Amino acid sequence: MMEKAIVLAACAIGAGISMLGGIGPGIGEGYAVGKACEAIGRQPESKGEVTTTMLMGCAVAETTGLYSLIIGLLLIFVAPITFLNRL
Amino acid sequence: MSVDITGAEILFRLPLGIVITETQVNMWIVMLVIAMLCKYLTSNLKIKPEGKRQVIAEYIVNLANKFIKDNMGPGFKNFPPFIAALFSISLFSSLLGLLGMYPPTADLNTTLGWAVVVFILILYYKFKTNGFGGYFKGLMEPLPILAPFNLIGEFSTPISMAIRLFGNISTGVVISALVYAALAWLSGVVFQWLPGTLANIPYLQLGLPAILSLYFDIFSSVLQSFVFCMLTILYISQASTKE
Repeated sequence: MMEKAIVLAACAIGAGISMLGGIGPGIGEGYAVGKACEAIGRQPESKGEVTTTMLMGCAVAETTGLYSLIIGLLLIFVAPITFLNRL
Repeated sequence: MSVDITGAEILFRLPLGIVITETQVNMWIVMLVIAMLCKYLTSNLKIKPEGKRQVIAEYIVNLANKFIKDNMGPGFKNFPPFIAALFSISLFSSLLGLLGMYPPTADLNTTLGWAVVVFILILYYKFKTNGFGGYFKGLMEPLPILAPFNLIGEFSTPISMAIRLFGNISTGVVISALVYAALAWLSGVVFQWLPGTLANIPYLQLGLPAILSLYFDIFSSVLQSFVFCMLTILYISQASTKE
């Protein structure tokens, strides 16, 4: 019983820690959007191109956050079952 | 409160251990829809366009040609059909989530398959421009000791492309399921005082999931399909310039 509790607790804590990876893309995307706003403010006529490039860059920067989210989901939904079966 | 989040369900099993999952059946539906749309748009073509259909078809073809020409330069005349096919199948299969069906792109097998196709194309163009020996020589730069890292960098291209698309779409599916379950529980608590079966209706599921769906299903699908195609274009045009 104790082992099961430890496995479940470790999975939940690990999922929580893995979501710390969400900080990076948040900062990065905010910085990118800020710079895009500056660029649009300086040259309002280039709004369309700047927005497209920014969205593209944001989607790429988001990937690392998604990796950590996938790890978190695996720890919540997949890992407990596999680990508990092995006990 | 119960949350059930599953991958693609196995619909039926064929002999020899072949398994037909929801992903494949939904992909067949998407392929059928795209084929019928193409047939509908391109039937009865005239030299001077008469109806709206031909105008729309010409607009799409021109858009694809212009997109490739702007981003890859001249010399890639045979690329618009491939990129347009990739974009349309990716977009339609992601948008299937709007109908409440399982989007095929929420399965890693689908996206990894596309990424492997793109990776083979990239390798083909690298071999074509640098030659077989030149490619392996390029891996040894700047120092021969760094060759393993260059090799990892090479193979991380398809993996990151596949996981980017898969992660975005499957995240949408998972978060929508979680929000639905949470709202069902919350409305069960709030509307407990209603008599009989009226209390069992999840009233709070109205409204909020629509906004989430607007972001995860429409915005995210379109953007990720675009990003997948854009990265394909960038990698291929990068591979076909001589170092």
